[in-house]
Amino acid sequence: MLEISDISKSFAGFRAVSGVSLTVDTQQITAVIGPNGAGKSTLFNLISGQLRPDAGSVRLDGQDITGVPPHRICRMGIGRSFQRTNIFPQLTVFENVQAAFLVHHGHGRDFWARAEALYRDDTAALLAAVGLAGHEDTIAGTLAYGNQKQLELGIALASEPKVLLLDEPTAGMSASETHETIALIERIARERRLTLLFTEHDMAVVFSIAQQIAVMHQGRIIADGSPTAVRADPEVRRVYLGERP
Amino acid sequence: MNATVAAPAPPSRAAAAAPAEYRTVASRIPWVLIVFVIMATVPWVGTRYDTFLAGQIVIDALFAVSLNLLLGTTGLVSFGHVAYFGVGAYVCGILMKTYELPFIVAFPAAGLGAALFALISGYFCVRLIKLYFAMLTLAFSQIVWAVAYKWNDVTGGDQGLPEIPYPDLDWMSAIPGCADLSDGARFYLLSLVLVAVSLAVVHRIVRSPFGRVLTTVRDNPDRAAFLGVNVRLYQLAAFVIAGGLAGLAGALYGIFSRGVFTDYVFWSKSAEILIMTILGGAGFFWGPPVGAAVLVWLNQIVTDYTQYWSFVLGAILLVLLFGFPGGIVGGIVMLWRRLKRLRNA
Amino acid sequence: MSSSFLFNQFMGGLTTAMFLFLIASGLSLVFGVMRVINFAHGSFYMIGAYLAWQVVDWVHPTGGEFWIAAIGAALGVGLLGAVTERVFFRTLYGREELYQLLFTYALVLILGDAAKFLWGVGQLSVSTPPVLSGSVTMFGTTQPLYTLFIIAIGPAIAFALWLGLNRTGTGRMVRAAQMDREMLAALGANVSIIYTGMFALSAFLAGLSGALVTPIQSIVPGMDVLIIVQAFIVVVIGGMGSLWGTFWGSVIYGQVLSFGILILPGFSLFSVFALMAVILIVRPWGLFGRPL
Repeated sequence: MLEISDISKSFAGFRAVSGVSLTVDTQQITAVIGPNGAGKSTLFNLISGQLRPDAGSVRLDGQDITGVPPHRICRMGIGRSFQRTNIFPQLTVFENVQAAFLVHHGHGRDFWARAEALYRDDTAALLAAVGLAGHEDTIAGTLAYGNQKQLELGIALASEPKVLLLDEPTAGMSASETHETIALIERIARERRLTLLFTEHDMAVVFSIAQQIAVMHQGRIIADGSPTAVRADPEVRRVYLGERP
Repeated sequence: MNATVAAPAPPSRAAAAAPAEYRTVASRIPWVLIVFVIMATVPWVGTRYDTFLAGQIVIDALFAVSLNLLLGTTGLVSFGHVAYFGVGAYVCGILMKTYELPFIVAFPAAGLGAALFALISGYFCVRLIKLYFAMLTLAFSQIVWAVAYKWNDVTGGDQGLPEIPYPDLDWMSAIPGCADLSDGARFYLLSLVLVAVSLAVVHRIVRSPFGRVLTTVRDNPDRAAFLGVNVRLYQLAAFVIAGGLAGLAGALYGIFSRGVFTDYVFWSKSAEILIMTILGGAGFFWGPPVGAAVLVWLNQIVTDYTQYWSFVLGAILLVLLFGFPGGIVGGIVMLWRRLKRLRNA
Repeated sequence: MSSSFLFNQFMGGLTTAMFLFLIASGLSLVFGVMRVINFAHGSFYMIGAYLAWQVVDWVHPTGGEFWIAAIGAALGVGLLGAVTERVFFRTLYGREELYQLLFTYALVLILGDAAKFLWGVGQLSVSTPPVLSGSVTMFGTTQPLYTLFIIAIGPAIAFALWLGLNRTGTGRMVRAAQMDREMLAALGANVSIIYTGMFALSAFLAGLSGALVTPIQSIVPGMDVLIIVQAFIVVVIGGMGSLWGTFWGSVIYGQVLSFGILILPGFSLFSVFALMAVILIVRPWGLFGRPL
């Protein structure tokens, strides 16, 4: 489904991502882990079109999407959530998700219809699915942090993505919130047959749901495989635990 | 790049999205219709001077609403909006005075001319981030001013274009009650109708899916891109529509003031409109017209007593900034909500 | 077009440039540290001019009153700046930039009318200090000594500012604040004093330039508005926040204005704004600035 080939990106001489290749199969859940500064966010930005790679390519379902701008990549089926919550703070929760539906179904050029009347059922259903039923009229900027994350997920899902990129979905959450969030994500991914690619620092989360794990260090992928294989990989142990080989 | 929303939205913005109860109450009383009817009766009920003031309010309302399409709806802070007002005023004035074309041609031409200029200048402006965007809009507006100032043959230079003729309004005698009205009063009524229609159109646009997309661009352009929105294209569209509307306001103003002069295009007028918009409340559609009405009325009162209008305006602005960032409408909404809470308690 | 005529134009351009530099340097400084465009900067300039006239009026002509007036005006405006920042501006820091900009505009409105109230609407002027009232022949032209003084003071102040920014501990902190104020605050530096200090310094410079312009230009209401737009142009061309950018931006602006009139009479007004627009389109951070 998602094929990243030999992708590289440098910033003023600093190689943030260097020759990264990764294949994510359809409906698979893949985690990208690594210490801070390993290049995980940059990699996500390269996939989702916010950055152009210096070299290498990204293919979605066989189609080359390298360097395509974000607003078009979204239409091709990649959805994304961000590390720091990215919602529309002045709109209500309902309007946040509704806007996503409006854009996804191509209503952006409609100057005449009344926006608030469109996709009401779809929005309500999606809000319920991500656990925000009852918050519809709250102004998004005033939501609690955890709820904002749920909203973000809702917005991403409204665009009916095939692939979902989640950048640290449980950052800043307590243990129970993390558990709930991960259960929610996993259920949704299954129900909607999504391919999931996420980054995380919480190893319990990673090893509980990931089917494939890629480990990044200093811009490179140093291990890529099943959780058991990665756990045993000597290079990974060296990087994470400082063990001598 | 990513928006942090850890802190609650600042008061002006939190007040922006009216809660559900406010919407239903407001929609029970047809405020807008009432105001329109009141405004329409001014030529008969008030003095000639009242009509003059009312005309000023009506035109400034359109101008301010057009600015708010950029500011409140799309989040673009323009310091040079007067450029499009000026282009509209000059195009209409030149076509009607120099080329003796009828209003029905000159008026739309003014809007189109302003929109075209907005397209060209906007193309460059939307590529820039906030601060540079503001500076470039200012630069373009001063370019328009400089051209108006120097191009004597066409614009009349620093003398301007005095004595713009009224459009042919004889047909209005057929309307009951209008036969005895002066040309000025008739033009006022025509302007009122044109502005009302324009405002209705803008209102529709703001409530449409397109308008909703604009608000996403305002709140979080990166996220909007991730919904599939071509942010620059939408900003440019808003810029062009706002410019065109400002041009229409300018056209009306030129005729209304019986002349088009270079001080219409000076950047201080942009500041005035910005203040009007914020005074009324940039988070609300009807904020700018309220601001226009209040400011025009205040100007009248204050200048009767003192020549230090600028000082008063500055003081009002300070009170706004430090006390009522949501503007007048914002203040009313908050007051209403507080009363409602007391009543429910 | 004789060479002496060209030289005259050149010197005129330089004079304009150095005046503008004195004013714009403060604008650029405040922007660099506080990321705010101070519309009221032109008002500080104007108040400086009026204050200078006032001091000259109080201190009966004794010969050295111009210099007392200039320093006095500059200090007065500097104080005004410090008070403004401490009392008002401070509360606006967390808010959106638009509010900060509008605040500075409110200042423009208030100070403008305050000046009219205190000094009336007529033209005022200050005579050239006797020590600089002569002239010098250069390249076949007569250059007033005062002009040469201004042309010399520009680079002197630029150099002094440069020294302050690059060779002192305070200067280092200011430069750090320009790059990352949050980090600086986290390091324990008293960022708020830096802000007040910078604002006061910028006001001081504006007031000083207002005072120094009085022998050459009459003091009139509206001089605040006229100068601020020119200062903007200069800062855009040179790069906001960059000291040398402001310096060279002023020089370029001065010469464009001076020679633009010759090449395209009547177009110099247009050409400076066009230049501003072109720079913003092609290289928004100016010749010497850094991308924000």
